[in-house]
Amino acid sequence: MNETLHLTLKVWRQKDGHSKGHFETYKADNIDSHASFLEMLDVVNDRLAIQGIEPIAFDHDCREGICGACGAVINGRAHGPMSRTTLCQLHMRNFNNNDTIVIEPFRAKALPVVKDLVVDRSGFDRILSKGGFVSVRTGGTPDANATPIAKTKADLAMDAAQCIGCAACVAACPNAAAMLFVSAKVSHLALLPQGEVEKKERVTNMVAQMDQEGFGNCSNEYLCEAACPKGISITNIARMNRQYLASSVIPA
Amino acid sequence: MSLNSNIPSGPLSDKWTEHKFNLKLVNPANKRKFTIIVVGTGLAGASAAASLAELGYNVLNFCFQDTPRRAHSIAAQGGINAAKNYPNDGDSVHRLFYDTIKGGDFRAREANVHRLAEVSNNIIDQCVAQGVPFAREYGGLLDNRSFGGAQVSRTFYARGQTGQQLLLGAYSALMKEVGKGSVKLFPRREMMELVLVDGVARGIIIRNLVTGQLESYAGDAVILATGGYSNAYFLSTNAMGCNVTAAWRAHKKGAFFANPCYTQIHPTCIPVHGDYQSKLTLMSESLRNDGRVWVPKQKGDKRSPASIPEADRDYYLERKYPSFGNLVPRDLASRNAKTVCDEGRGVGSTGLAVYLDFADSIKRLGHKVIQERYGNLFEMYERITGSDPFKEPMMIYPALHYTMGGLWVDYNLMSTIPGLHVLGEANFSDHGANRLGASALMQGLADGYFVIPYTVGHYLASQPIPKIDTSHPAFKAAELETSTRISQLLSIKGKRTVDDFHRELGMLLWDKCGMGRTEEGLQEALVKIPQIREEFWQNVTVTGSEGELNQTLERAGRVADFLEFAEVLVTDALHRKESCGGHFREESQTPEGEALRQDDTFCYVGAWEFKGVGQAPVLHKEPLTFEAVSLSQRSYK
Repeated sequence: MNETLHLTLKVWRQKDGHSKGHFETYKADNIDSHASFLEMLDVVNDRLAIQGIEPIAFDHDCREGICGACGAVINGRAHGPMSRTTLCQLHMRNFNNNDTIVIEPFRAKALPVVKDLVVDRSGFDRILSKGGFVSVRTGGTPDANATPIAKTKADLAMDAAQCIGCAACVAACPNAAAMLFVSAKVSHLALLPQGEVEKKERVTNMVAQMDQEGFGNCSNEYLCEAACPKGISITNIARMNRQYLASSVIPA
Repeated sequence: MSLNSNIPSGPLSDKWTEHKFNLKLVNPANKRKFTIIVVGTGLAGASAAASLAELGYNVLNFCFQDTPRRAHSIAAQGGINAAKNYPNDGDSVHRLFYDTIKGGDFRAREANVHRLAEVSNNIIDQCVAQGVPFAREYGGLLDNRSFGGAQVSRTFYARGQTGQQLLLGAYSALMKEVGKGSVKLFPRREMMELVLVDGVARGIIIRNLVTGQLESYAGDAVILATGGYSNAYFLSTNAMGCNVTAAWRAHKKGAFFANPCYTQIHPTCIPVHGDYQSKLTLMSESLRNDGRVWVPKQKGDKRSPASIPEADRDYYLERKYPSFGNLVPRDLASRNAKTVCDEGRGVGSTGLAVYLDFADSIKRLGHKVIQERYGNLFEMYERITGSDPFKEPMMIYPALHYTMGGLWVDYNLMSTIPGLHVLGEANFSDHGANRLGASALMQGLADGYFVIPYTVGHYLASQPIPKIDTSHPAFKAAELETSTRISQLLSIKGKRTVDDFHRELGMLLWDKCGMGRTEEGLQEALVKIPQIREEFWQNVTVTGSEGELNQTLERAGRVADFLEFAEVLVTDALHRKESCGGHFREESQTPEGEALRQDDTFCYVGAWEFKGVGQAPVLHKEPLTFEAVSLSQRSYK
């Protein structure tokens, strides 16, 4: 049933990367419980704009939970209270009338705030540019069915490949580690015969870049897995660690 | 100016092979002397940027998102077609070609579509080699499923996230080149203007979305892979950022816009449920493989779906189209949903929805199989609507989804501006008046991996390209034009928000230029659009300033362009008095209510030339000739 919610928002406002941020309080009255969290922010932003107040900046695009653009820390949890749910797929029916909702950007040294809730995740791109690929060129590839791959393996690879690069794992981790993200790509490719050839260089180079970006290390808190909207498993981190160890002992 | 499609002569199935041989080459040592600008990082843009860089060109690649991996190709769910014939069910390059031409209601170029079908198999090979985890059978080989408009199973898929996996494949190829330094990546940059020098595309002006600064980039060729214009309708399944700006800016500089009235309305979207919505969600067409579409037989039947007995249900697609059933092409599925809702038989609180029911398939195949096939889609549906499709049927309704029209390009994918190439959804080339499911991914990757790497070389080798840089006065002039427009938007300080104008335009287009179009309605829209545009420029409010991240300003610029673009969209719909594919003129239908083409009068591509804002654009016709297929009234009965 449709319900109308009256909410109080405490939102992080920060003009740019050089300025100091602070919380602002806004009323969000008459919000339809069927609205998504971002639709609620749209309504609030529209009301702010009419008053001549600059709307809250936040990244978003597909609003279907697949592009990975959106994300914020809602009442202390990355992407909010629902498990396996991006912020755009979180709906207001999961909140109660008169709730106060605290909205902050993903926080980590390696994810600097650009403005309000918008953060810079370009470190992820730089990590992937060091090895998140199979070095094939366009053309001249063998027939797609030339190499059979066991369905179980292919399914595991797909589980890892679902990562949307949203960085909730980093925001959730007390060490601001990006290991769930990095290990998802390492696993996806290492599980497939196509990625086998370069697996040692891949893990070595990607981990080196991850460290250079200033991301932390894993101390088995499992918070990344809990925050991940795609349910990427922490076993990927174990797989990456094994590979990393193996490639340090016997380098490529 | 006459349109030369540059379609090679010779038999259809040899054209592309012959053409590739006849194209001029750039020798490896010279490639590094050329710079190619690629705007967009979706399937078409990323695959083009990566492939061109591999060949040795310097590539500059731009996107408005914070990383290339977020381009909207990522949201495609269902799959990608190829003529592999792995299931041994009679598929072939010719059949894929034929299905695509027929699906497009005979309004696409034979030669382009045949090339698309030819390279479809290479795409699958390429993606598997990159590590795209397509669905597999227990024997370890690739699995296929069927899709609308085809009677063979030729669709490759990766759960319900095929677009994501293909895009991440193309993105990985792109990042490989970024790592090597052969592609320079520019995220959070929006193209504001195309720069022409002596009538040739030589660069772009972009706005750095973080700092607000305008930046100029020069190159030897420009490639737009900037997607479609569904968001002109405000509510669509496109990502919030999708826009027509890059294409429209190019159009204003001389690139013809072809067939803008060919828009695709996807039959299986989650219905509209509130006025705060700014975006609709698509449910993959693959659901129609196992879901049955129905409404109550009786008007105003308000019983819950479970309490409506079989005898009182109308499985209208199965009834009207026994051989294709629930898998008719998208335009038919959408129009029929509209018809039953117009008859008062729609369901849900708004009456603007039909059921998509999985009960029979769950009984036949079991919960586990359905979970495996559609689990993530069901989950997504439940998250949005709060209802579980395992327990009660989904409710769906059509929504704007894809646009077949786009910038006119020749066989080499070059627009009417020399040097400006257009790929993927941004061009008009391969889908005619209606696109079949699982064909958009195919076309985006075909253009980027297997067509443009050949044709852009031919362009670069065919004429001397003088060296210029961004100090050329054309860049300064274009920058000034852009900054003037931005200052103007910020100075209005009116009373209505950008979204408010966008919503008004979108509702008008959906009403008058949506699933059913009439002379009268289109005329009305042509009167109203300039009024909305005029008010926009007097009464819009854009907060913030120019020199910072300003999302309101970004949207304002895009809506301003939609407000100009809408006129050519409606003008095209008005002039095309026939019905074909996604363009349904109510005046032109068969006695059974199907789209009635008028091949004697309208068997051409309508390419529009810009003559000024508020001025009527000028129509140029590229006749369509068919040698390999005979034009027929499409029938899926």
